[in-house]
Amino acid sequence: MERNVTLIALFAALIAALGLIPPIALGFGVPITAQSLGVMLCGTVLGAKRGTLAVLLFLLLVAIGLPLLSGGRGGLGVFAGPTAGFLVGFPIGAFVIGLTVEKMRVGNLAVIAGLAAMIGGIVVVYLFGILGFSFVTGKGVGASTTIMAPFIPGDVIKAIIAGVLTQALYKARPASVLSRA
Amino acid sequence: MISLTSPIRTRAHEWPAGVKLLALAVATALLFSARTVMPQALAFAGMVVLYILPGPEFARAGWRSVRIIWPFVVLIVLWHLVTADYAAGLVIVLRMITAVGLANLVTMTTSLSEFIAVIRWITTPLRRFGLRSEALEVAIALVIRFTPVLVEKGHGLRLAWRARSTRRAGWRIVLPFTVQALDDADHVAEALRARGGLQAMQTNENK
Repeated sequence: MERNVTLIALFAALIAALGLIPPIALGFGVPITAQSLGVMLCGTVLGAKRGTLAVLLFLLLVAIGLPLLSGGRGGLGVFAGPTAGFLVGFPIGAFVIGLTVEKMRVGNLAVIAGLAAMIGGIVVVYLFGILGFSFVTGKGVGASTTIMAPFIPGDVIKAIIAGVLTQALYKARPASVLSRA
Repeated sequence: MISLTSPIRTRAHEWPAGVKLLALAVATALLFSARTVMPQALAFAGMVVLYILPGPEFARAGWRSVRIIWPFVVLIVLWHLVTADYAAGLVIVLRMITAVGLANLVTMTTSLSEFIAVIRWITTPLRRFGLRSEALEVAIALVIRFTPVLVEKGHGLRLAWRARSTRRAGWRIVLPFTVQALDDADHVAEALRARGGLQAMQTNENK
C-alpha cells in the first residue's frame, strides 16, 4: 500500500519535473517538451491502474493552482483553454498504454512499450486533444487535426524513447516496473 | 513551491472555495451556450472589470497568466480574417479568453489549503465506496515535496554530464533520473511503513 502510494506520487512528480526541462525545438521549429514523455512512462512503468492514478494526481495538483505544466502553466484556466482536450486525454492515454504493456507479454519490452506509447500517448491523446480544440475554437475536426499535426513527430520520438527507457528500467529495477510485475 | 494564488488580498479570497468553483462551472456552461456576440462581449467586459477592481498589480499578474493563450487567439483571428466570418470569430475568441480568465480568477483568489479542504470534503463520503482519501492526501503532500527534489536531482545529473562531455545531455539522463526516482519511492515507502504506515498518519491527524 505505502509503496504503491509513493510510486504513484513520485511519477506524478516526475511528470512535473520533466515539464520543467526547457523545450527543445525540432528541425522545423516546433518546440517539444518532455512532459508527455512522463505521461507515457506512467503507463509503461506503472501499468494501467496506477499509471492512470499518477496522471490524475498530477492533473489534480495542476487544477488546484500549482504551476506544474510545461512553461510554468497551471490553475483552472488550462482546463478551459484550447488545449484542455489533451489534459483529458492524458489519463486515458496512460490507461491504454498500461493495459497494452500488461496484455502483450510476448516479445521485446522496448518494442511493446514503444508501440503502446504510440497507441495511447499519440492516437488516444491526440483524439481527445483535437476534439477539445475543435470544441473550444469552433474549428472543424479536419482543420484542428491540421493545426496539431506538426507536434506529432516530436511525440513519435518520445514514444520511441519511452520504449527504450522502459526496457532499460526493467533491467535496472525489475521490481519497480509494475506493468510487468 | 510557489502556488499561483495571488499574494494581493482581494474580497474574493474570503469567499468559500466551493462556492467559487460552483459559480465558475455555471459561468463556463453559460459561456459555451451563448452563441452571439453581445452576451460574449458583456461577459468579457465583466471579466476584465473583475481583474481591474483589486488594483493594477492584480490585473498585471492576471494578464501574465492569461496571455499564454495568445498564440491561439492570433491563430483564430487570422483564420476568420481569411474566411471573412467575423462574428463567429469574435464569439470564439471572446469566449475563449473569458473562460480562461474566469477560471484563472478562481485560481488567483483561492489558496492551496482551501482547495485541499474542498478535495477532502468531496472524497470523504467516497470512503464508503473504497476510496482511500487519506492516501490521496498523503500523495498530494508527497508530490508537492518531491517535485523540487526531482528537479534538483535532474540538475545534478546535467551538471555531472556537462563535466564529462561537450555534447548536450538530452534524453540520455532521463534513465538515471527515473532510476533515482524509483529508488526514492522505495525509500519513502519504507520510511512511511516504519512510522506505522498511512493508517497511522491518519489517526495522528485526527487526535
